[in-house]
Amino acid sequence: MNATTLTPDLPELEPPRNFYTHKSGLLSWLLTTDHKRIAILYAITITLFFIMGGVAAAMIRINLVEPQGALLSAETYNKTFTFHGVVMVWFFLIPSIPATLGNFLLPIMIGARDLAFPRLNLASWYLFVIGGCFTIACLLLGGVDTGWTFYTPFSTMFSNTNVILVVVGVFVTGFSTILTGLNFIVTTHKLRMPGMSWFKLPLFVWAMYAVSVVMVLATPVLAMTLSLIGLERIAHVGIFDPALGGDPLLFQHMFWFYSHPAVYIMILPAMGVVSEIIPCFARRKIFGYKFMVYALVGIAVVGFLVWGHHMFVAGMSATATLVFSILSFIIAVPSAIKVFNWTATLRRGRISFEAPMLYALGFVGLFMLGGLTGLMLAAPALDIPLHATYFVIAHFHYVMVGGSVMAYLGGIHYWWPKITGRLYSEAWARFAAILMFFGFNMTFFPQYVLGYLGMPRRYHAYPPQFQTLNILSSAGASILAVAYLIPVIYLGWSLFRGARAGNNPWGARGLEWQTTSPPPKGNFLERPVVQKAYAYDEPAPGGEPATGATA
Amino acid sequence: MNGDGWFHLLPNASANARPLDELWWAMVGLCALVAVGVFVVMFVFCIRYRKGRPANRHIAKETLPVELTWTTVPFLIFMGVFVWSLTLYARSRTPPANAETIYVVAKQWMWKVQHPGGQREIDTLHVPMGVPIRLMMTSQDVIHSFFVPAFRVKQDVLPDRYTQLWFTATEAGDYPLYCTQYCGLDHSKMGGQVIVMAPRAYARWLDQNDTGTSLAAQGAALFRAKGCSGCHGANASVHAPDLDGIYGRIVHLADGSIVVADDRYIHDSIMLPDKQIVAGYAPVMPSFSGELSEGDVLALIAYLKSTKPGAQPAHESTRQ
Repeated sequence: MNATTLTPDLPELEPPRNFYTHKSGLLSWLLTTDHKRIAILYAITITLFFIMGGVAAAMIRINLVEPQGALLSAETYNKTFTFHGVVMVWFFLIPSIPATLGNFLLPIMIGARDLAFPRLNLASWYLFVIGGCFTIACLLLGGVDTGWTFYTPFSTMFSNTNVILVVVGVFVTGFSTILTGLNFIVTTHKLRMPGMSWFKLPLFVWAMYAVSVVMVLATPVLAMTLSLIGLERIAHVGIFDPALGGDPLLFQHMFWFYSHPAVYIMILPAMGVVSEIIPCFARRKIFGYKFMVYALVGIAVVGFLVWGHHMFVAGMSATATLVFSILSFIIAVPSAIKVFNWTATLRRGRISFEAPMLYALGFVGLFMLGGLTGLMLAAPALDIPLHATYFVIAHFHYVMVGGSVMAYLGGIHYWWPKITGRLYSEAWARFAAILMFFGFNMTFFPQYVLGYLGMPRRYHAYPPQFQTLNILSSAGASILAVAYLIPVIYLGWSLFRGARAGNNPWGARGLEWQTTSPPPKGNFLERPVVQKAYAYDEPAPGGEPATGATA
Repeated sequence: MNGDGWFHLLPNASANARPLDELWWAMVGLCALVAVGVFVVMFVFCIRYRKGRPANRHIAKETLPVELTWTTVPFLIFMGVFVWSLTLYARSRTPPANAETIYVVAKQWMWKVQHPGGQREIDTLHVPMGVPIRLMMTSQDVIHSFFVPAFRVKQDVLPDRYTQLWFTATEAGDYPLYCTQYCGLDHSKMGGQVIVMAPRAYARWLDQNDTGTSLAAQGAALFRAKGCSGCHGANASVHAPDLDGIYGRIVHLADGSIVVADDRYIHDSIMLPDKQIVAGYAPVMPSFSGELSEGDVLALIAYLKSTKPGAQPAHESTRQ
């Protein structure tokens, strides 16, 4: 490749030093250009945002215990679900896996010392923090009541809340996403070490690559849409408001042209994580590697062409409905391929059930349930009664929480020993994973039924016949909340007291397991050995672990 | 409700409900089959190939036939579902010719209903059983959505646009109506009832609520009161298009294009007159968007529909 890829001898590195101890002091973190440190910065930031979004979710679930609303006024409730949506979508789910695990692992997995543009990477984090803090301040001081979708003309001409400010915050954050995507694309193209050809890349790298392309192409459309909202609200330029000569459906087209690909920004990385975990704990190569690659790329491409399925009852033409419906069914095919291939990877394996594997298996099940109900929504006739009800809420929480969040936590557990150099309590981790699976289903499965029975989304108060299912859902949410808190405790304990992990506690393949844990500043002390992807039928270059959690 | 209770979790109250419930249960069955199938296979693999248990672990090299199978089979099933869904969807988009039209105006946070006979109601909609009903809907402010779960119908209601939905109610009763497009503070309160009545009871209800003026007659009164007749009337001094029998006619516009004078055209000509200028006329018409409510515009459209080309319509005609 070129000069920035690894050279066999790295004389400036002292072996005992890792990237934490390389330099110390707050400034060494705030001014770092090391992708691993930036990943840690992101992880801390999005964890804080996740907690905030989670508190909003808890307030929503408490409120819905009683039909007339148990906790919040209608105004506060509307602001709370907007807060929950905005924070979870833009400040947790979209950056979650790419900005943390992707940032940390992408260069190591391809044998590079860092991302292609390390300073740009740090700039992305600053944009993210500035955008995030600004948005959250505006959401807390005054709030916004439009929902995270900002539908016009409500958002432009009717809402008296901080719409403009929040839109500015999201706009700024969007650039962080674009720059991260750009960085990943260039890194994957230019910094792969000699011998690391495209079809030797781990699927996680493919997923990062596919998601980066989506980020770079879709996010600018969000920026344009949000700018147009500002233009209409401030300068009264008629774009979306019919009273000014605009078109009320245009906003929905533009918004979903970004926001549907954004769904794939959330799920493609999750697929990448699970594709690493399952082969590791099944001790065999992934089933149908190339099909998995094509499925990732196919989802990324077709994902741009299905936005209209959010608008089947919005007043779109019948022809458009037909086209978007058939494309939505077509995009379900690569998702189905992936589920089947993960399942087939288990066949004739040597399966063990450490915590990351439990998360990964949970992901496959929950993602499948979310995907299958997506088929119902892709059929326009069924979408008519189901649209904008709790059925849709359940569907996308199965994909985003059951899918993306489970995979994110699975990835955190899988690479925790590599990132921190320490092990965590396996028993507690397994318990949390199982509790999370049940808590999640108890929270969101009743919402499928509620939706079919006709309960609309974004309702502060609801007819009394829906109460039983809402109580069940809220009870599930409290279990889910506990399941999210347990890892905070044992992972926190592991940071200080956990046993030393060694380089490769899972006996996994992939370059990241050939370096030390935590890795040194330049990622490798010795030149790693490139194997084919998922070479579980070959011996690991560093040797299998003598001890560790797999024992 | 009645009969096969599990099949219709919701009231089976429109001609639309049964075919939709069939598709729903077919999809539930398909999803359950796939989900249970994958779960069972995963479970069996996890038991049979768990670490430490002796098993055949020889891995076949050739995966292409398997991959192609589980690419093609789901694709064909999805296309089948697509076609099935599409036939139902096509029906939901095409109201029968004999459907009776009722007008709905949505505003924050209520549903205003205008019957052709002039009857008005708020947050309730009375309809006769067994008669296809077509709702012509528009919004006074933001986007709302008209949803009656018992009928399995839903349609967004947009400002400055007309959208429609239709149904044939099959069972008398009161059914909840919800707004399902988030529309601000009291979105969750923007509901009501659809009351399905036997045709005779419905006729009686219409009589009891008769205001003496049909919707078209209300429109005729507005046509004079708001000054429309001053320019568009037969004796007007201003050069303005003659509107008698305008509805459904072909109109030549100043920019050379040709449109059919439908509801939306008439609406826009009143509320946004600069949008489409009729060929041969000066763009002098003022906008009435601040002056007329969407309900008024619907009355004006009903009036224009009632006029015949050439003959002066009976401006004074009120229902006797």
